[in-house]
Amino acid sequence: MFKILEKAQLNNTIYKMVVSAKRVAKNCLPGQFVIVRMDDDGERIPLTICDYDREAGTVTIVFQIVGAETKRMTALEEGDCFRDFVGPLGRPSELCEEDIESLRKKKILFVAGGVGTAPVYPQVKWLGEQGVAADVIVGAKTKDILIMEEEMKAVAGNLYITTDDGSYGRSGMVTKVIQDLVEEGKQYDVCIAIGPMIMMKFVCKLTKELNLPTVVSLNPIMVDGTGMCGACRVLVGGEVKFACVDGPEFDGHLVDFDNAMKRQQQYKTEEGRAMLRLEEGDTHHGGCGNCNE
Amino acid sequence: MDVLKKVPVREQDAKVRATNFEEVCLGYNMEEAMEEASRCIGCKNAQCIKGCPVAIDIPGFIEKVKGGDIEAAYQVISKSSALPAVCGRVCPQESQCEGKCIRGIKGEPVSIGKLERFTADWARENGIVPEGAKEKRGKKIAVIGSGPAGLTCAGDLARMGYEVTIFEALHEAGGVLVYGIPEFRLPKENVVQKEIENVRALGVKIETDVVIGKAVTIDELMKEEGFDAVFIGSGAGLPKFMGIPGENANGVFSANEYLTRSNLMKAFKEDSNTPIMKGKKVAVVGGGNVAMDAARTALRLGSEVYIVYRRSEEELPARVEEVHHAKEEGIIFHLLTNPVEILVDDKGWVSGIKCVRMELGEPDESGRRRPVVIPGSEYVIDVDTVIMALGTSPNPLISSTTEGLATNRWKCIVADEENGATSKEGVYAGGDAVTGAATVILAMGAGKSAAQGIHEYLSGR
Repeated sequence: MFKILEKAQLNNTIYKMVVSAKRVAKNCLPGQFVIVRMDDDGERIPLTICDYDREAGTVTIVFQIVGAETKRMTALEEGDCFRDFVGPLGRPSELCEEDIESLRKKKILFVAGGVGTAPVYPQVKWLGEQGVAADVIVGAKTKDILIMEEEMKAVAGNLYITTDDGSYGRSGMVTKVIQDLVEEGKQYDVCIAIGPMIMMKFVCKLTKELNLPTVVSLNPIMVDGTGMCGACRVLVGGEVKFACVDGPEFDGHLVDFDNAMKRQQQYKTEEGRAMLRLEEGDTHHGGCGNCNE
Repeated sequence: MDVLKKVPVREQDAKVRATNFEEVCLGYNMEEAMEEASRCIGCKNAQCIKGCPVAIDIPGFIEKVKGGDIEAAYQVISKSSALPAVCGRVCPQESQCEGKCIRGIKGEPVSIGKLERFTADWARENGIVPEGAKEKRGKKIAVIGSGPAGLTCAGDLARMGYEVTIFEALHEAGGVLVYGIPEFRLPKENVVQKEIENVRALGVKIETDVVIGKAVTIDELMKEEGFDAVFIGSGAGLPKFMGIPGENANGVFSANEYLTRSNLMKAFKEDSNTPIMKGKKVAVVGGGNVAMDAARTALRLGSEVYIVYRRSEEELPARVEEVHHAKEEGIIFHLLTNPVEILVDDKGWVSGIKCVRMELGEPDESGRRRPVVIPGSEYVIDVDTVIMALGTSPNPLISSTTEGLATNRWKCIVADEENGATSKEGVYAGGDAVTGAATVILAMGAGKSAAQGIHEYLSGR
């Protein structure tokens, strides 16, 4: 059992939890993920690692309500336990394996969208600890759903916030900010973009034109997370890769986003049904167009 | 009674069982078991033992069944096998013990598998547990993976008095017995969990949710956590795909994913939180036990199911009983058929599978006749789901993080067949991680040899 030491609600759908998980905390690195299972009936949910404390033996996760299971998870409180918390899974960010000296010479740009801000944070923090100040763009639809602004400000070089509706920071999509920064004369050697699939797709489309190498972190459907099931396969440069063992980070200019987005929809009908079951319980008797009852 | 024939075993009716996940074979009762046991002539130079990868004293236990002393029969089996209720159900007896039975020359061999199953089930129902070690040896062994190889190795070492900890990557112990083999062939709660409890009762600790090679490496286990030896029984690995167009479409699954959802995550139950695709028409590509398991699972979830296999019935690698059961239940076989493309609709979902017909040519390296395409024989099978059951390739998680651990050209761990020793001192391996995808009993045999190997290594030190 893995105890929840802290819980915080970051916006209307995103939660943060600090969990006691000694084995994971010991060897995990930015870019890796965990799989959690809340109870004996729980589904296995992959979540990227947002922070870790090796001394305390804790790992921080951030998750968004996207279906019935993540909704159910919000009921867990401080002092409660996850039945399972396994990791670290996947490969660490490539930055962690690079030579520190050459890393320090690099101009690095992070692009975070929505809940993707959480997995960006440990990478920026880790770089900060190595003496590398990376620029970070954080995008959110509106001001009230922006997360982790203070934490990010503390570790980033320049932090650029943008909201789709202009309610805070710059106005417009993250792609517009990239474009603006480049036009303002900023130069970058590498971009790391993590967020909704559609955001990563358009960031990659732009950075390809800008000739800016870009790494993305994918979060496809997974079951075991150790390479056994192949549910997380994605097309990268025409080759089949398993996001759980070959990724989750890939060269964004080679990822087939359209295929990846279609694959993410695979269980949408079933997920919708489960959500209805959770929300309406026994009172739901069909007619929603989502179920066969 | 016709001594040339096996006492028939009761089974659930094919029409009924095609709609449920209850066990297909109902097994012998005491009377039937004693009658079947009486067919054994108790050969002095018993061939059946030579056919058993863990060398159970088969005539010895059958002799006890004959006399109705099932507890004694169980203790005879327990000396050699930690998982008799499992083996009685999933071993390919026809090519092992029963394949060598003298009775089989003129008639049918003694039904050794069903007798083993009866003995183990009786022991469980009557609360008999295997006997543990009397003395502790004060040496620690880490076993990686809680599948058949790991459980057997751990059980044997615990019986010798070693302190054993099993590390399992998934949230439940059992490996392929839990995620791979379906409920209707191997009940989880009553059979698998109970056998694992028996291994625990021998003093074996099981730590779930630990991915070796990620959370902790083998070197760390030995240097920092004080383990004197390690056994790697981490299993098969990454599912293979064919590399044909359309394979990344929605509705194409590996058998591993499909079975893991159904078996480990219990997606076959209505109220499960894990979804599973319930296709109208499903093509399962492959001819092994895994293919049969996936096909029969899909059938029970309400699909019309086709097995697509490129060779003929004779070459099907699945157990004879599984093929027989699959046919009885209504699985349709497209033999000598090979997929060339998965057809995809405009929303990215499977709409059919394009195949070619094959004929058998000259034998290949495996001794089996090589299938050759019949030109112009293309045809489309109308399906909305495709399950690929083509075997697996080794998982690199352990081999890539353990210095000095040799692998062969297929990336399988190299281990001595006699004692499981790898190229790294104190590290042993066995099961699918060494051989590539094989059977439960072969993995158990390897776990057993390695336990002996580890014992010799630690006592010689």
